[in-house]
Order: sequence, then C-alpha cells, then structure tokens
Amino acid sequence: MTNPLVSVRDLRIGATTDAGRKVEIIKGVSFDIEPGEIVALIGESGSGKTTIALSLMGHTRTGCRIDGGNIRLGTSEITAMSERARASVRGTEVSYVPQSAAAAFNPSKRIMEQVIEIAAIHELMPRAEAEKKAVELFRALALPDAEHIGQRYPHQVSGGQLQRLSAAMALIGDPKLVIFDEPTTALDVTTQIEVLRAFKSVMQKGGMAGVYVSHDLAVVAQIADRIIVLRGGEIQEVGSAEQILRAPQHPYTKQLLAAFEPVPHQPVDQPVQAAKPTPVLEVFDLCAGYGPMRDGVPLAKILKNVNFKLERGRNLGVIGESGSGKSTLARAIAGILPAYRGAVMVDGKELKPDLQNRSKDDLQRMQMVFQLADTALNPAHSIGSILARPLTFYEGLRGKAREARVIELLDMVHLPAALRHRLPGELSGGQKQRVNLARALAASPELILCDEITSALDTVVAAAILELLKELQRELGLSYMFISHDLSTVEAICDDVLVMYKGEVVEALPAARMSSEATHPYSRLLISSVPQLDTGWLSGLEQDPELVAQFANR
Amino acid sequence: MMAEVTTTTAKDTPKRKGPGYRFNWVGKIGLAIILFWAVVAVVGPWLAPHPPGEIVDWDYFGPVTKDFWMGTDYLGRDIFSRILMGARYTVGIALAAVTLACTLGVILGMVAAVAGGWFDMILSRLLDAFNGIPSLLFGLVVVAAVGSSIPVLVLTLAAIYMPGAYRFARALAVNVNTMDFVTVARARGEGTPYLILREIFPNILGPVLADLGLRFVFIVLVLSGLSFLGLGVQPPNADWGALVRENIEGLSLGAPAVIFPSVAIASLTISVNMFIDNLPTKIRDRSE
Repeated sequence: MTNPLVSVRDLRIGATTDAGRKVEIIKGVSFDIEPGEIVALIGESGSGKTTIALSLMGHTRTGCRIDGGNIRLGTSEITAMSERARASVRGTEVSYVPQSAAAAFNPSKRIMEQVIEIAAIHELMPRAEAEKKAVELFRALALPDAEHIGQRYPHQVSGGQLQRLSAAMALIGDPKLVIFDEPTTALDVTTQIEVLRAFKSVMQKGGMAGVYVSHDLAVVAQIADRIIVLRGGEIQEVGSAEQILRAPQHPYTKQLLAAFEPVPHQPVDQPVQAAKPTPVLEVFDLCAGYGPMRDGVPLAKILKNVNFKLERGRNLGVIGESGSGKSTLARAIAGILPAYRGAVMVDGKELKPDLQNRSKDDLQRMQMVFQLADTALNPAHSIGSILARPLTFYEGLRGKAREARVIELLDMVHLPAALRHRLPGELSGGQKQRVNLARALAASPELILCDEITSALDTVVAAAILELLKELQRELGLSYMFISHDLSTVEAICDDVLVMYKGEVVEALPAARMSSEATHPYSRLLISSVPQLDTGWLSGLEQDPELVAQFANR
Repeated sequence: MMAEVTTTTAKDTPKRKGPGYRFNWVGKIGLAIILFWAVVAVVGPWLAPHPPGEIVDWDYFGPVTKDFWMGTDYLGRDIFSRILMGARYTVGIALAAVTLACTLGVILGMVAAVAGGWFDMILSRLLDAFNGIPSLLFGLVVVAAVGSSIPVLVLTLAAIYMPGAYRFARALAVNVNTMDFVTVARARGEGTPYLILREIFPNILGPVLADLGLRFVFIVLVLSGLSFLGLGVQPPNADWGALVRENIEGLSLGAPAVIFPSVAIASLTISVNMFIDNLPTKIRDRSE
C-alpha cells in the first residue's frame, strides 16, 4: 500500500459574517485521495464541498480561513506553507477547473495564451513546447480543429468546448491533483456527455488524481471512483461509487438518492366539468422574437408557430436545451414579450398579445413563477408585503382580512406565519421559491407558468417543491405549464410533454411514456443524454454520431 | 427541505427593526455636525456679536482677539459673525438645490428607465445636451437675464446638477428594471408609479443618497464660484465660498480670515459624506 497522494486530517475552516459572528463552515473533515483516484464531493449548496476543494490548493474564499487540521499533498504540507510557497504549488501540483468556463477565460485574450499561462508563470517549458503540449491536450479532450482552436477568442467557441479548454488549462502543468468544481452544471445534457467523456479519458490516460465537486449524483456516478457525501460541513458517508449508489448506509444519502428517483406523476382525477369543456390554455401559431421590428416582424425570431393545448387540471411540461425558446414561450404567453403573430387563449377567451392591453381579470387567471427565487423577490420588501400586494391589487383586500389571507397563503406553502416579517435576504433558497409560489397563489389563478422553478435548488429541496405543487393542484384544481431542462423533474409532475428545439415544438409526448414513444430524433437524443444513476451508463452509452452532430451544439 | 431546516440566519425575526436602523458613531458625528450647522443657519443672526456687514476693526486681516474670535477680513469686518450669517446661505441654498436636483433627477431617471423607448431617448439626449453647457456660463446667463435672488440661485444650481442625478439614477434603475421582481409586478398589471416608487426606488436608494452627498459638495463649490463672480449671494452678505475668495490674499499675510471659512466648508462637506457613508445598513445596502 503506497502512501495516499492527498491526506486531509481534521480540517476546520471558519468564517466571520458581516455581523461579526464567527461560524464554522467545515467541522473536522478527514479523508485521503490515492494517486490516480477520482473522489467526488457531493452535497447540497452550503454543505462546504467547494470550500473543501479550494482548501486543497491552500486557498479560501474571502472572509474564510483555515482554522485547524492539516492538508498534505504529496510530500508538501499545504497548511504549513507560506502564501508564496502555495503559489508555486498551484498549477504544477494541484490545479483547478472552475464551474463557469465562460467567466474563467479572459475575453480579450486568445485561448492559447491563457491555456499555456501556467507553463509561462512557472517557467516549466519554452513557449513552443507548451503550445505543442496544449494541442496534444486539445486532441485528448476531443476538441475539434485542435491545431487552430487556440488561435480563437473565448467567445468563438461553444460552452462545452470552453469547459474542455479550461480543463486543458488546468492540465498543462502536469498536476498530480485536478479539482473540478461543478464543471458540467451549467451545460446542456447533450453537451455534458461529451465533456464528461473527455474528462474521464484524459484523467485515465494521465493517471492523475481528481476531486470532482458536484451536487448531481448521476454525473458523479459516471466519473468518480469514490464518493464523499457532505452535509453542513461534515462527512456523512464515504464509499465507492458503486456502494453509495447501490447500498447507501447513511439516511441522508438515502434521502439524496430518493430525491433523484423520479416518481411518475399520477394525473389528478378531475370531476367531469360539463360546463367548462374548454381547455385552460390554448396556443395557436404563436410567433415571438426580440429586437427591432421590421414590417411587424422582429429581427431575431425565436418562437416559430407554436401550437398546443392544455386541458384543465393537467400539467404540461416543456423541455429543451438552453436557447430552445422554452422561456420565451412562457414570456410570450404571459404577455411580457408580446407575440407578433398567433393567439393565446385562456378559458376559450383570446388574450391581447401585449400585457398592457390585457384586463386585470385576464392577468389574474395566469400567474408566472420564475427560475431565480432571489431576483424574483424585491429585497427591500418584507415577505408579508410582497404577498399582500397582489391581494390588494386584484381583490382590494385590506387590513385584518389581508393579513389573515397572507398567513393562509404561507400555510398553503408550508411556511410559518412569523416568516411574513422577514426580508427575502433572510430566507433560504427553498423558502424563497415557496414565497414565489405563494405570491402566484395570492391571485387565485387557474394556470401557473413555472419557468425552471426547481433548477436552482438542491435536489432534496426541489423534490419537496414538486411535492408541494402536486398537493396544491389536488386542493385548488390548478393547471401548470412546467418549463424545465431536467427531464426527471418534468416526468415527476407532468402529464404531457412538449419537446422544443430552436423555437419549434418538435414533438408532443405523454410524460410517462416519454422514452419509449419518442420518435423525433432530437427527442430521442435529448432523452438518452440524461445521466442515469448507474456507474456504467456513460461507457455503455451509444449515440448516433451523425445525430449528435446535427442537433447538439458542441 | 433540508436547507430550510438548517438555515443559520436570523431566528429572532420579529424584533429586528431596532438594531437595523442604528447608526454607527461616525455617522452620528456627521449627523451632529450637520444639525449644528442647520441650527446655526436658523439662529445665526441673533448669535452674531457684530453686524456682519459693518467694518468694526480699523486693522484689516486682523488676528484672533478677544473681540474678534476668528479675526477680521480684508475690510476689517468680523469673520465670526460673517461665518454665522454665511451658514444661512451656504447650508440653505445648497440643501435646497441638492434636494431639488436629486428629487427631480431621480424621478425622471426612474421613469425613463421604466418607460424606455422614445421617452427615454429624447429625455436622455436633451439632458446630455444640457450637460454640455458650462455650469458657470449657464449661471451667468440666467442671473444676467433675471437678476440675482435666492430662489433664482437655488433653481439655477438645481438645474445645473439635475442632469447628473438623472443619469446616475437612470443607470441604476435600468439594472433594477430587468430584475425578475419588476417583471413579476409588471405581469401583475402594475402601473409605472407603483413600479418606480415601490419596486425600484427602495433598491437604488443607497447609491442615490451617496450621490446626493457628492452633489451637495459640488453645489457648495459652484455657489462660491458664482459669488466670486458677483452672481451669488449679494454683498454685504456672503456665503462661505465667497468668504474664502474675498480673503484669499490674507493667506500670504498669515491672517486667520481665510482659514476659518475653509474649515467651515470642510466640516460641512465632510460631515455630509460621513453621514451618508454611514447610514444604517438597512437603508444603505438593501439589496444585500
């Protein structure tokens, strides 16, 4: 048994809050990494996974500091080093692949300059040699046109390519340990596959050890040998990837796995409403776009002739990759972005395309909930006044009656009544999203447009929100239009699914039989690209390369 | 749901108002000095030991003595009395002008940001063009046309500084305007007054106040510039800026006449900025 490459013993990291309070973020974490092994740190946001990963480079984010314990990398004691000595280790012994490659590259310099920067700073090799090595890495990472891609600027390559280039940047100094900080979280599923494959093969070839930080168990299952489950700055469970997935020991790990397992949606039995056979939402030939108008047609056309129908009490999922026009569709239906052609009918009544021309009654029937819960709540208002406003606005409620209704609304989304005195900044992400939902409910709508409402939340929190949505539907007879890029979420809540690609609906499918009934090649590609909770999924995955080339913007 | 249970911040919710609006001591000192000058501006004429316009000492640029606490000026007038009297002009005119300029500028800026389109375009270009006129020249023309009086001075100074406040507020409001909570309010069917006052204004208040502090200082300076040209406060009264200008030669004679008005200006402008930079966090960084 050789010595482990990295050993972390009783690591403690603390921080001082703005209020001057001291908090402990990492509470005595110990683990080892063998040479050539990839260890995944998994946990919800705030569990300290990134903090631990950064500490392996001797780096802490502003305001944090390493309070105790030690970190050893190879023969050097990271925790005992001076800042100068740490700088000499970074890039050569340990390197870092950030979450957002787009933010990690300097947009005004050519890619090659930035990739070989580590070699230049540490004077590892002459420039020509470094460039040759970079091209080899580009090839190993399956980048197209490896010879010349370095001459481009960061905005001239796609997101998936840029993420692989940032891996090349990390690997140029032949580090012993590479830290991946959620490198595929911001990518589309079809792109993610290629990036994961490239990372996996290059790490195997180089025999490097890696730390892979992620919140996504399925992604981690593909790349990691061992998984460390973190929560609240403490290790909950450590085990091989196979063991964690197949036979989790700790209750929290089980909970994580359970949240991942999609529960197929059972359609709510609606009482037969003979009086209202009209669908709650019907869309005909909807076209919308951005930019200056020319002859009544905007410069950038996004939506192209979208048609669909949503029956009362049913849920419609809209899936597609980023840029497919999902959010634009929701905005055009809500009237935030006026459609230039086509019609939106709610309850059989045609709505004006522009928000300003719609009546209060029309607006009240359809409410929208946004993806980012923090930006959707005004940070200057208390939760109580945020919820009270639609009540005053639509129903003219005041005083005691309004207060009672606010408490009732908070209760509906399972939040304590005392929360109404707080400001949005004092709530957690899940609580904020619940408040957003409560605000939509305040208008007593018939239809709620949900735009990626669970995407920014942790798996367990997101599962609870989905549960809440279902419960509200049973009680209030709501209909949802549910936009998501996450197929398992859509599967969990929707009856029907629209697959969107480049502003067009390519296929409409029943959600429960999505994978078996998909016939359009793009739907099949999209569905097959969703990572499964299976360590062998990525290596066993076979996709038609022509199909991939046609539809995925890698 | 886990994250909700393990929330670390603020369990003692209901009674948070109290400490949230508390000033720190730097802010308190700033506020105290501003209040002091405000009181002086009101009661100054009754406190002054000598009439501010009267020549009381036959020696010009006199030193600090028992009779003349801050020396005398180039004509032998009592500086202490003149500073007390000048507070009324400097504090009063600058405060009125800065309030007017910022109120108008911020409201127009927010309306332009929310309305967008041609309204924003025309207003912005108009005010940009207006910004191109040198401020002293503008003051000169106005005073030459309608004569110098306190309301004219206040309006002129407000007009000079309004476009800047507009630009600043518009830039901030444009950013807030794209936030989802404004979109939510708009999708609810809210009108422009609600959007700007309830949704946008609270979120730009902090920077706007900081800008107001800076603008206040600039207005004090321009006011003294106008007085120097004989367009500001008319003799025998003088604002502090004018006191500095008219006694500037005293500097080479070692006279205190020029020092004390300068100290007065510094104390006012610094304390305004101390106050604004140390406003309670609740007002200053709403967005955090």
